[in-house]
Amino acid sequence: MAAIDIAHLCRLAQLALDDAETRAVQGDLARIIAMVDQMQAVDTSGIEPLAHPLEGVQRLRPDLVTETVEPARYQSIAPAVEDGLYLVPRVVE
Amino acid sequence: MSTPEPTAFTPLAALARGLRERRWSSRELTRHFLDRIARHDGALRSFITVTEERALAQADAADRRLAAGAATPLTGIPIAHKDLFCTDGVLTTCGSRMLANFTAPYDATVVARLDAAGAVTLGKTNMDEFAMGSSNENSWFGPVGNPWDPTRVPGGSSGGSAAAVAAGLAPVATGTDTGGSIRQPAAFCGLAGIKPTYGRVSRYGMVAFASSLDQAGVFGHDVADLAAMLAFMCGHDPLDSTSSDVPDPWLMQAADTPPAAPARAPVIGLPREYFSGLGTGADALDAARRVLEAAGCRFRDISLPHSPMAIPAYYIIAGAEASTNLSRYDGVRFGHRCENPQNLEDLYRRSRTEGFGMEVKRRILTGTYALSVGYFDAYYVKAQQLRRLIQNDFLAAFADVDLILTPTAPGVAFPRGDLADDPIAMYQQDIFTVPASLAGLPAMSLPCGFHAGLPLGLQLIGPHFGERALLETGALFQRDTDWHRRHPEGFPA
Amino acid sequence: MSTPFVTPRGWEAVIGLEVHVQLATRSKIFSGASTAFGAAPNTQACAVDLGLPGVLPVLNLEAVRMAVKFGLAIGAVIHARSVFDRKNYFYPDLPKGYQISQFQQPVVGAGRLTVGLPDGQEKTVRITRAHLEEDAGKSVHDAFPGLTGIDLNRAGTALLEVVSEPDLRTPAEAAAYFRRMHGLVRYLGICDGNLAEGSMRCDANVSVRPAGTTTLGERTEIKNLNSFRFLERAIEHEIERQVELIESGGTVRRETRLYDPDRNETRAMRSKELSDDYRYFPDPDLMPLVITEAFIDDVRATLPELPEARRARYRDTLGLPDYDAAWLTDDPAVADYFEAVAHASGDAKLAANWVMGELSAALNRAERSIADSPVTPAALGTLIQRIRDETISSKLAKTVFEALWAGAGDVDTIIEARGLRQVSDSGALEALVRQVVADNPGQVAQYRAGKDKVFGFFVGQVMKATQGKANPKQLNDLLREVLGSD
Repeated sequence: MAAIDIAHLCRLAQLALDDAETRAVQGDLARIIAMVDQMQAVDTSGIEPLAHPLEGVQRLRPDLVTETVEPARYQSIAPAVEDGLYLVPRVVE
Repeated sequence: MSTPEPTAFTPLAALARGLRERRWSSRELTRHFLDRIARHDGALRSFITVTEERALAQADAADRRLAAGAATPLTGIPIAHKDLFCTDGVLTTCGSRMLANFTAPYDATVVARLDAAGAVTLGKTNMDEFAMGSSNENSWFGPVGNPWDPTRVPGGSSGGSAAAVAAGLAPVATGTDTGGSIRQPAAFCGLAGIKPTYGRVSRYGMVAFASSLDQAGVFGHDVADLAAMLAFMCGHDPLDSTSSDVPDPWLMQAADTPPAAPARAPVIGLPREYFSGLGTGADALDAARRVLEAAGCRFRDISLPHSPMAIPAYYIIAGAEASTNLSRYDGVRFGHRCENPQNLEDLYRRSRTEGFGMEVKRRILTGTYALSVGYFDAYYVKAQQLRRLIQNDFLAAFADVDLILTPTAPGVAFPRGDLADDPIAMYQQDIFTVPASLAGLPAMSLPCGFHAGLPLGLQLIGPHFGERALLETGALFQRDTDWHRRHPEGFPA
Repeated sequence: MSTPFVTPRGWEAVIGLEVHVQLATRSKIFSGASTAFGAAPNTQACAVDLGLPGVLPVLNLEAVRMAVKFGLAIGAVIHARSVFDRKNYFYPDLPKGYQISQFQQPVVGAGRLTVGLPDGQEKTVRITRAHLEEDAGKSVHDAFPGLTGIDLNRAGTALLEVVSEPDLRTPAEAAAYFRRMHGLVRYLGICDGNLAEGSMRCDANVSVRPAGTTTLGERTEIKNLNSFRFLERAIEHEIERQVELIESGGTVRRETRLYDPDRNETRAMRSKELSDDYRYFPDPDLMPLVITEAFIDDVRATLPELPEARRARYRDTLGLPDYDAAWLTDDPAVADYFEAVAHASGDAKLAANWVMGELSAALNRAERSIADSPVTPAALGTLIQRIRDETISSKLAKTVFEALWAGAGDVDTIIEARGLRQVSDSGALEALVRQVVADNPGQVAQYRAGKDKVFGFFVGQVMKATQGKANPKQLNDLLREVLGSD
């Protein structure tokens, strides 16, 4: 099995590990993946994947405005807000 | 039963009777448990937040409601919530630095329903970060001690709720169970703990770990406590499209009429895959089987052949779902944000890296791997196919038996630190609980003995929506045993 | 007008569009928050839209109904079972770190849309699929130095993304497709069609290849085009850029580009919104969407007359030329207006001429939509009646129209107040004609010598004397009679 590209996974997951952590996670993930690779021993051809234990059907809600929004309340827990906007470092599109 | 004054271990029904008969007030009851928390929790760390003022206000409101004769069986009863149920205006941390500053602006449906019933919230209990763990060592707020031996773990992820109830710091507590997070700590702490059928209880306002597996449940001393809580927690919620609308009139009134031994003793299956090589606890399970047999239950050997695939499939499915459920923690709208982010990427990476602990990062990376291009079919789809095979095993078994009996955990509570460096060994803690989670089945752990002074648990697994059979069979077992009346010596009533 | 675009000689462009249609639901696709446009920042973003911990999506029935309606209108397969997936990427306007969309199993399958081309031909464009998804929020870049502000009011608004096959070959075809789509969704009442507010946005996939070849070149995607003109110009520019690049020895890179209308150019996007791996998987918070035949039948019963049927009716029943029928039916509001005018006036062709001519020009000048026209269909109908009954001339009718537009009262009042009634009194007109003929003997001689053109001179003189009110037909007859005598 090819070595797991931890740096790539960290990019996708927006995590930053230092070298020691990367080495540790490299080893852990290799062992975890080796453990889950036991699955490959079972022939599952033709088996429909089970996404949800009860396999229900999506219920729909009527198109009604039911939420009253209190932005001050929601924004009191935000790290950086001004003029009602959430602030992040400048984004260049 | 006549109880002159409430003790830390008085069953809910007796507490409620005392409230109705004015032998004690909810304020007194609440004060009693708040005092116990103050006295004992320093050693256990089972609570992250104690909501004293709020609890006393709720207790006063409950006393007025009791006086007005508008009480439910839970009105005035102190409870505790696992700290991943959002509680309006109260810190909800999920055991994580990421949410160490998160005051939820709304109530989880479970919280709202129990509040509406008049229950009093003592506080929020410690847990493995984002419910990922089997020992409660993965909490930003520190590890939780097991009341039976504080140098040992209480199990996880709902370890704080289990420890709090076992030590008599709360009569009952909510928990959540994704792969065993109620059942394994219940076993380790000598409690009854139930994970209902997937969808029985709304997930709205429960901080998500793995959406297709997460289910709220309860810790208590006996099945009557579990039933009383579930009666108010269960039922369809329009805010959770995956919550079930299968009504259960029996369960709905289980707070008024506690479960009694079933009219017809069930046929119980013993899956051979769960017993082969079982060391610790084998004798206790054998004894439990004899108790049930004596009460009229019949036993049958069965096979659940895909059980060994449950742990691998679970760690892929739970990891995949968790990896994207946890993407919302980005330091923008709530939660931890790093100091002086230089740019957007820096904001994301440092906030998330600082905010999440190592086990959470491992699971996010495992899940990201399983969903990424080139691996999706080999891991995610494969795991879902195995999930079906595992569910099919159970469905086939339930054609022949009413319930399934297994050990809850492979051993007793282990010393803190023993498995901390070995994620794979830690994952094996869930070997007996994960299959029912994957299949969405209700399952319950009950105390069934001791090994070296530490509690052991048995697990009963029922068919979908088979909570009644579980609780009634549990009532039968607890009628004829007294393991659930043993309490740790360090925390006298 | 600039010169029409021509694809560089020897090259062919291949264009496919992804049109994002904001569905006109009152509440969001997965939450009960309002979708009204223009609210103060983040006042319409509820806990679900903000992606707070523990919240869950619940699907809006009306969004499903609208998607099915669209599917039926393009003759598409409505999938009995469709699945919502998570598309994972980090971006500040995407609160959960994933967008709920439909990837492998969309609600609407393959269909088609017939498009009228500038040369009068029609072209059938294949639609690959249409799927439901949630919109993202908006970034505000210029309000705070060094910072971007995030407004999540739009987050969670229901979108229908309509993906076409790469069947379009020119920028004009692409614009015509977008225009036809714009008309269709408004016919169906599933979108307000307000391009300026972003109710419809379009991504264009563009590639070029040597004319006559069949393999596809590498494509780029131009994102977020929200006007017909910008779409057309962005594609024009992108085709030229790609051809120049290849002809100068370069290769086109697969990338996402943004069109800058001020500079009329596209540039590669720098944002990290785009991931090379979106890790799609079924959203475990939502069950599969199951649509029954009965549901589809219910929706089918609510389908209005569709543009194609309306075009055919205008052509076959009202006798309008193809061009007029297509022009009038593009926008249902225009078609409804036209039909009201045709009914009130009793003359479909004249009604068409007025709607496409004077009215459309006035609306364009004033930058108003037909819904806001100060001239009602009833008033325009009366005006046309006055032309038909010869109360006023067509020429003076334009003066009446301008007065109507300015709010000067009703048609008959304007005609009387301004004395615009046509002079149809043959006695008075004949006297005038005789006067003009008598006053201009030289021109009379020329005319009688065979210079027919001089006839116009006499018409002009009489019109001048009547301030344009002479009934033109009557005047012609009288002039010929008077000039022909002797």
